[in-house]
Amino acid sequence: MTLPQSFKASAIMPTVAEIRKDFPILEQQVHGHPLAYLDSTASSQKPIQVIEAMNRYYRTTHANVHRGVHYLSEAATTAYENARLNIARFINAPSPKQIIYTRNTTESLNLVAYSWGRANLGPGDEVLITEMEHHSNIVPWQLICEITGATLRYVPITSRGELDMEALDSLLTEKIRVFAFTAMSNVLGTINPVEELVARAHAVGAIAVVDGAQSVPHLPTDVQAMDMDFLAFSSHKMLGPTGMGILYGKRELLEAMPPFMGGGDMIREVKMEGSRWNELPYKFEAGTPAIAEAVGLSAAVDYLRGIGMDWIADHERRITAYAWERLSEVEGLRILGPGPERRGGLISFVLGDVHPHDVAAILDMDGIAVRAGHHCAQPIHDHYCIPATTRASFYIYNTEEEVDRLVMALYKAKAMFDL
Amino acid sequence: MDDLYRENIIDHYRHPRNKGHLEDPDIHYHDVNPFCGDEITIELKLDGDRIAKAVFDGKGCAISQAAASMLTEELEGMTLEEVKHLDKQFILDMLGIPIGPVRLKCALLSLKVLKAGVYGLDEWPE
Repeated sequence: MTLPQSFKASAIMPTVAEIRKDFPILEQQVHGHPLAYLDSTASSQKPIQVIEAMNRYYRTTHANVHRGVHYLSEAATTAYENARLNIARFINAPSPKQIIYTRNTTESLNLVAYSWGRANLGPGDEVLITEMEHHSNIVPWQLICEITGATLRYVPITSRGELDMEALDSLLTEKIRVFAFTAMSNVLGTINPVEELVARAHAVGAIAVVDGAQSVPHLPTDVQAMDMDFLAFSSHKMLGPTGMGILYGKRELLEAMPPFMGGGDMIREVKMEGSRWNELPYKFEAGTPAIAEAVGLSAAVDYLRGIGMDWIADHERRITAYAWERLSEVEGLRILGPGPERRGGLISFVLGDVHPHDVAAILDMDGIAVRAGHHCAQPIHDHYCIPATTRASFYIYNTEEEVDRLVMALYKAKAMFDL
Repeated sequence: MDDLYRENIIDHYRHPRNKGHLEDPDIHYHDVNPFCGDEITIELKLDGDRIAKAVFDGKGCAISQAAASMLTEELEGMTLEEVKHLDKQFILDMLGIPIGPVRLKCALLSLKVLKAGVYGLDEWPE
């Protein structure tokens, strides 16, 4: 199988102005102002290369996969499986068989919790997660602990918004069977030391489950070098379509796990008295999958690779450091989480006593899109004793000028609320 | 678009009217908007079937809190039957600002709490 070619030679350094031309949605005006989209942590925008790949697939290639023997079914199956191979290479997975298509990070994490958890957890066992998890890496473990009788424990966070490594030492005992943690917090922006955390989990015989929803779109990822047992991430946060997620797993773990959902495509043989399961990865892919979305994600992976993950990480570091500096100058504004040196491309903050929904609404009047709320991470907000935050997040298409507009609009909000 | 935070909204938010609790309320109801966590409690003192005194307490965005403050000002002298007939348009007219679909829940939270209290619904479990 040959790899689809990237859209441009990576030898030439891209500029943000060039990149922005690939995102038609960014050209629009919102409430009479140019759109400043600072909400990519919730969902990224899509380049024309992704939109056109999906369009082309539906115009020329679509049929159901793994079923028909006719021309289109074979063409669709090839496109679908080439996408899997391309995604496997993007995270350096040893084999495309270890790439399970799901709907999103949430489903990937649920798959691990239910399938691996039901087979491996019992009373006396412990599951370790952290206080900075997204609800999708908390609730599935709460549910599986309830079912299996295992105990759920949390690694606390420090006042700087980093994992408390001393507490981790005392929590990581031989009772821990699985340590599930985020590679990058979607509220604090904290980049966790993934390799070290994986190694510590392995040292007590636990498996390491990594929530890569925020890290895979923004940082280079190598599942083998990092020795992760499982990695979950979403297509829609990395320039790809919604409705598509990935679970990577180590082969021997995936082989030993029972199916997550039953249906077509995941079986080898169905008899009235029982069934036998298909091989990897199909054992975990029941029913007609999101085929066009796989093609779209593959185009997104090409696009990211074309720009270069190192360039992306550098660009975000630059813009985040700039935003950090500018936001720190705003009197009455409090930034959550660590300093810019150990943080991904997002900043959550509180502006005096102005409610984050009001802040976001005022920014929206100037065409600036940010997220307000608890960002599906209530435990972090409880830790800081605040109900909600406003979050600005950055990706490949954001500029320092957009940061300046954000800061100007925040001064406007302060004036409106007599702050 | 700056209309959303018109002066009277900010004024009611910064200087809420009738905020607090009653000694011995005849009607008391509390609810939250699970999406954004905004909270409103409304307490009423009755004189027959008329509202003698209405107060609120809560926390949340300017729209939800200003709406509650303004609503309590409207309630004095109203009968419970009249309260049951208050609708969305009443709140929108009272606020006098353009409210989009996302913020509508903020604007209507206090009316929802008030009506649940007047209809005698069970308190939402804390």
